[in-house]
Amino acid sequence: MNFDPFVIPFNIGLYFILIYAVVRCIIWFRELSRPDKLRLQRGFFGRAFGQSLKEIFLESLIHRKILKSNPRLGYMHMSLAFGWFLLIVFGTIEANIFSEKHLNHSYKAIFFRFFHPDHGKTFFENSYAFLMDLILAFILSGLLIAVIKRFSSRVVGMKKTTRLKPLDKIALTSLCLIFPSRLIAESLTCGAYGTGSFLTGSLGKALASFLPANELAYPFWWLYSLSLGTFFVLLPLTRYLHIPTELFLIFMRNSGIRTGDKPGTYSEVEVHSCSSCGMCIDVCQLGFTTGINTIQATYLMKGIRNSDELYDVAHNCLMCGRCDNICPVGIEISPIRMIVRRAEGKEYMYENTSKGYFRNRLTVPAPKQEAGTSYDFLPRLRQEKTDVLYFAGCMTHLTPSVKKAMVRILDASGLNWSFMDEHGGVCCGRPLMLAGNDREARELTNYNSQLIEKSGAQTLVTSCPICYKVFRESYYLDAEVLHHSQFIKSIIDEGFIDLNFLQKRVTYHSPCELGRRSGVYYEPREVIKHVATLEATAFDDENSLCCGGSLGNIMLSRDKRQKIAEDVCSKLTECSPDSLITACPLCKKTLSQATGTRVMDIAELAVEALADTPGLKMPRSRSKKKLLKEPATSLR
Amino acid sequence: MGRHVVVIGGGTAGMEAAGRLAREGVSVTLVEKGNELGGHLRDWYHLFPNRRSSDEVLEYLRGLVSHQNILLMKGRKVTGFSRKGDEFAVSVENGETINADAVLLATGFDLFRSERKEEYGYGIYDNVISSADLEAMFRKNELKLVNGNKPERIGFLHCVGSRDEKAGNIYCSKLCCVTAVKQAIEVRKVLPSCKVFCFYMDMRMGGALYEELYKEAQEKYSVSFIRGKVSEVAVNIQNRLVAKVEDTLVGRPLKMELDILVLMAGMEMSEDGIRLADEAKLKRGENRFFQPADHHFGTNMGNIKGVFYAGTCTAPLNITETISHARGAVMEIVNYLNQEK
Repeated sequence: MNFDPFVIPFNIGLYFILIYAVVRCIIWFRELSRPDKLRLQRGFFGRAFGQSLKEIFLESLIHRKILKSNPRLGYMHMSLAFGWFLLIVFGTIEANIFSEKHLNHSYKAIFFRFFHPDHGKTFFENSYAFLMDLILAFILSGLLIAVIKRFSSRVVGMKKTTRLKPLDKIALTSLCLIFPSRLIAESLTCGAYGTGSFLTGSLGKALASFLPANELAYPFWWLYSLSLGTFFVLLPLTRYLHIPTELFLIFMRNSGIRTGDKPGTYSEVEVHSCSSCGMCIDVCQLGFTTGINTIQATYLMKGIRNSDELYDVAHNCLMCGRCDNICPVGIEISPIRMIVRRAEGKEYMYENTSKGYFRNRLTVPAPKQEAGTSYDFLPRLRQEKTDVLYFAGCMTHLTPSVKKAMVRILDASGLNWSFMDEHGGVCCGRPLMLAGNDREARELTNYNSQLIEKSGAQTLVTSCPICYKVFRESYYLDAEVLHHSQFIKSIIDEGFIDLNFLQKRVTYHSPCELGRRSGVYYEPREVIKHVATLEATAFDDENSLCCGGSLGNIMLSRDKRQKIAEDVCSKLTECSPDSLITACPLCKKTLSQATGTRVMDIAELAVEALADTPGLKMPRSRSKKKLLKEPATSLR
Repeated sequence: MGRHVVVIGGGTAGMEAAGRLAREGVSVTLVEKGNELGGHLRDWYHLFPNRRSSDEVLEYLRGLVSHQNILLMKGRKVTGFSRKGDEFAVSVENGETINADAVLLATGFDLFRSERKEEYGYGIYDNVISSADLEAMFRKNELKLVNGNKPERIGFLHCVGSRDEKAGNIYCSKLCCVTAVKQAIEVRKVLPSCKVFCFYMDMRMGGALYEELYKEAQEKYSVSFIRGKVSEVAVNIQNRLVAKVEDTLVGRPLKMELDILVLMAGMEMSEDGIRLADEAKLKRGENRFFQPADHHFGTNMGNIKGVFYAGTCTAPLNITETISHARGAVMEIVNYLNQEK
């Protein structure tokens, strides 16, 4: 027996999804920019291919990242993904070894038991059947957790699970039916023929004892085939599209393609790769502190897929990057959010066509070229020659204590330095960039670049992490750009300043823009540890919180911001430290409104410890070498 | 029921109410946390709108409270109170408890701590001072810079901690505008050569004779009023203050060199008042002041029977209004005591 009509739904589904995948891939490839096409080609023949295979195995099948952070949830994903993968692989091998022919239709592997009901008579056949049963049991255990999760997400250690749309529900139902129907169909067939291993065999025997197993098996084989077919046909319309797209995402990422600032193939692949696992919901401060549960990354991705109105979702976000950090798929969420923001509530850049199966790019009219903005009002370029240039930035001018402390430190260092924006300089350009006014921002970056070049400085020091990031990433400077925490660390290392050890217990709030966004965690910690006792908190480094003062959100009300700030303060002052240290003027301003504990910038702390400060308790007595665990950023 | 009332707070409202209650034959215990009566009035030099000395008003209040029916308790804080039947037990520091038939809260206000607006540099730059600091200078007759020099340019910055969502206060403290006008005139009188600027959002001259004072400041004393708030303050090489401000009427950003910047700090619910409210479960409004039972005809009463409010613990009020409000409280208390009897 080689064919039965019940395999038709499965076959239709399978061929549909294969053809669909090919067509979609061609469309995606064509929409790639030229450099990205080259990257992809190079990646295909290079190391990226092997890396991708490894990553696909570890992340898409084993789900290593989720397993690490949440073992129960990880097991659920692993059993479904890896189990199904094993079932297909071993099913195909089984069909190819034990069939009459050695090249078979794909349905032969899936419905092997139907076509070979008496399989399992020899010892070898029997042990293979045992293996197949084991895999099926593995999948079913994961499925059980998934069903429980639908009713109570706490069971898998999640506070909240994602809400579904109707089509997702149909797809979810068909997905849930696939394996139980396979189990029952196989069991009944096995029961009728007295074959099968521990699972299908024993269940089959039990069922056959009081049911007409052979007659009943046939409708279940139909159900199995139908649920597979339905699932495949609905796949492109539901969140389960993430299963195939994630493979492309991994491959593209390993080839060096990044999201960038315009919508394109990569961002679309990312959007479809979101599995709606909901891990971003639990880490979102807007969720757990202010109760806003509609804007998290998973809802943003869903909204983009459905071409929903997204203005609120895109804008009501602190842009702290905690979700970027936790995303097990590695979707670059913040850049995608920025793309949606730039689209500015226009109907978004895609619309769904062919009943949602394909999406066409909308031709958004190019913005009208405004009458040339004049930047005559910028102050005349005037900058003396210097070695170290200090740029305070607008936020630091609003927290003069930080500025004052930096001036003290720079003076104490004895270095040849100059204050770039002492009497009000030109903005670093980031706010204009965030607002999408790139041309205007360029006027400012050009102005500042010229000023920095004219000074001949080798080092540019900024106090504001926002400026730091933009000077590093959007300027092309010869000077080395340092945040003041890095600068202080390097002048301690090089012996330009001498600091005492203060009898102080402190905790450190790592600013988002400096930590998660720029990867600077080490230097601020070292500076603090050099002058005070740094207490650990549950929110250090990558897990640091947003102070709530974020400039990235223009929708959040004042009281909710305050709530976030108070929540952060209470978490960071749990060990009742003498001071709460931060390294960003905006964080300092926000946090100091929300706690009785003194909030200080790292520069203020350093000034307090400056050796010539009177009234110090303990003289400095430690070797400089201890600080040099990592190569210090040198003052060239 | 007896006729004994505990008045908490010995500022303008507390003194006025205690004095008037005593004259109604009620026995009063007036509890003041400080060592002297008079509250914020003691820090003030002259009062608007007619620039009479605050000492004259203090004199009047002191006269009122020296009465046989009043027992003074100075230097003692009230830690809480509770109602037991018809009586209140008011506990004072050192473990003492006073029984009372009614309690009058006259806990007043705290001046907004200007350090909280760090961008103005209070506590960071020497010559950034608060309006209260300026009054103290007037009282000592020492209007000068930290280095002893005579100021040539003084700026007044309105709405520090008032009408400021970021500072957590959206309400108007309503007295700072006229105080700034009064202080500007006084500066010009003491130092005729000194230039004076007021940086304001709106001039709220709603009281009797306020508008006249404002006009006088412009015409007679040549005070410059600039509509726009200071955004940030820095110092230049000569250690002179530089204030960045936008003149919103002209639509131009300005940089002003100043010798002294006076911050017109707003009024906030006093911390002791908040503590008492939490202790005794008294309702507070969104502005954190005590919430009166009715905004039109119940401003002296709260959510607990027998507890009354007087003065700035309910909202920012000037001296005139505070005294009237305290007299209203006296009438309510006397009614209450008579009824209960």
